[in-house]
Amino acid sequence: MSDIIRTEGLEKHYHLGAETVRACDGVDLLISQGEFVAIMGPSGSGKSTLMNMIGCLDTPTGGQYWLNGTLVSEFSEDELARVRNREIGFVFQTFNLLPRATALHNVELPLIYAGISSKERRRRASEKLELVGLGDRMGHKPPEMSGGQRQRVAIARALVNEPALLLADEPTGNLDSVTSEDVMRQFEELNEQGQTIVLVTHEHDIAGHAQRQVHLKDGLLEKDFLNPVEPTG
Amino acid sequence: MLFFEIVMVAMAAVRANMLRSVLTTLGIVIGIAAVITMVALGEGAQQRVEEQINRMGTSVLTVRPGQQMWGGVSRGDAELSVDDAIALRDESDGLLQVSPEQQSRLQVAYKRWNSNTQIMGVWPEYFEIYDHGLQYGRFFNQGEVQGRRRVAVLGFNMAETLGETPPELLVGETIQIRGIMFEVIGIMEEKGDAAWVRPDDQVFIPQSTAQYRVMGGRDRLNSIYAATDTPDQLDVAFAEIDRIMRREHRIKVGEEVDFNIRNSADLLETFNETTQTFAFLLAGIAAISLLVGGIGIMNIMLVSVTERTREIGVRKALGATRKAIMTQFLVEALFLCLLGGMIGVAAGYGASEMMTRVAAWETRVAPEAVVAAIGFSAAVGLFFGLWPARRAALLDPIDALRYE
Repeated sequence: MSDIIRTEGLEKHYHLGAETVRACDGVDLLISQGEFVAIMGPSGSGKSTLMNMIGCLDTPTGGQYWLNGTLVSEFSEDELARVRNREIGFVFQTFNLLPRATALHNVELPLIYAGISSKERRRRASEKLELVGLGDRMGHKPPEMSGGQRQRVAIARALVNEPALLLADEPTGNLDSVTSEDVMRQFEELNEQGQTIVLVTHEHDIAGHAQRQVHLKDGLLEKDFLNPVEPTG
Repeated sequence: MLFFEIVMVAMAAVRANMLRSVLTTLGIVIGIAAVITMVALGEGAQQRVEEQINRMGTSVLTVRPGQQMWGGVSRGDAELSVDDAIALRDESDGLLQVSPEQQSRLQVAYKRWNSNTQIMGVWPEYFEIYDHGLQYGRFFNQGEVQGRRRVAVLGFNMAETLGETPPELLVGETIQIRGIMFEVIGIMEEKGDAAWVRPDDQVFIPQSTAQYRVMGGRDRLNSIYAATDTPDQLDVAFAEIDRIMRREHRIKVGEEVDFNIRNSADLLETFNETTQTFAFLLAGIAAISLLVGGIGIMNIMLVSVTERTREIGVRKALGATRKAIMTQFLVEALFLCLLGGMIGVAAGYGASEMMTRVAAWETRVAPEAVVAAIGFSAAVGLFFGLWPARRAALLDPIDALRYE
């Protein structure tokens, strides 16, 4: 199986006055195609920083990062924008949908920046909305939807470019427990179909849905283990 | 493809805040309206000047009294006399016609009607110099000038002013000018306005009659008019008038003259300085409101960028490049300005129409001016939209996503 994520000595140091904050202090991480990994850690552990770098939203100050075989740690901002567009699908805690646009338009957004024609965009976007069970809600705008529906629109948006990596940052943080379960089951289904997923969370039962857990502490890897296999259902 | 999508997004953003957008563009609206009105006035004035020059006669020179100087000190206004006019008439080779003009605003009465009217004491040549035509009756002749006869030729509007319809009934009637009886011998054709001259509202009488019977015997002319055959003889005629007038007024070579010689084009230019001043004023208003309007656009774009920081973050996370974000906000600013520009063109057109109707100023909204105005508002949009758009494009995606 090929590697989706490979980091070697990944570092992010900030300078706050005379002090140096070592948010990430040399992380070696390998995530293969088809894995479902939960990154865990208390606040200040560096998990957000690591996620931003994995998501190509931020550049490391040291070390190297290969995403799907490409060394992206040296890329310029616009090159990173293209990588985010093609290789990564984001799911955020606060959904981050455009409130005035319909669900369909929200899902189409990454395809617009990929330069896909409007007909093809509509076809692919509605296909993904059907996949997350929102085929009948395409014309609705986010304020007209429940939290769970909004997050499923966001998942459809994350999937629409067929990304190598689905990156979810506390995707259930704004949802009640029942809806959280729905969303996690959605992730599990996607993973069963071969989608590589990296999930950042601080909740243990959410992390329990993944196959593997990576724990961070003070900018370093603390634990990396596989979850015990549970019968799905 | 992508550009079209970006334009759609920008337009949707403008539409989502319609009231704010329209208010923001007010500066641009006023600026562009001022530009359109200014150009319309200028074009109209230009058109009128050309018409008037044709109407006034292109080969007419006017002699006016100037300042009498004595050792660099003004000794009051110099005078033009009938002798000057006679000298110009009898001793020049290049001048076709010469006529003095001695005028005054006086009371004209007919039956129970009364009017304060410009009385023009002239020679018969005056009618030829200005190419005046007759509607009824006849002009007076040289003999009537010599005889200081009390005869009058009325401008086209005078019959109506004196309450007589149809106008031809006035021919042969007696009117009073400053209480003195005059026989009406002719009524002129309609002439229209020529700059400050309104021949339709004037009454023409022989110069000698004006001097001795009406205006108290003073030998003091307002102007002397002289016409050449064709406009290209004006320079020669100018020199000739200068020579004869210097001799008449005993002014040596090198001394300053106490009279002015002008041709009609010069006079019109002076006259049109008024409209030009107004046009400059409008240009000033236009420049200032476009500047203020542009700053308003910049301000609202900065607000828009701040308001939509999160949206920018989302777009960047989903793969929007700096250029895409920059284009989106530039197009939005451009669209705002174009909206203002188009409203401004409509407002300017309306203002021009109003000036024509209310103030009777001639205007012409030139299509080139409309195109230029729209183009200029687009330029304002690009210029003042650049900085906010750059700010949006350079936002850090992580900070933008975190923005509350």
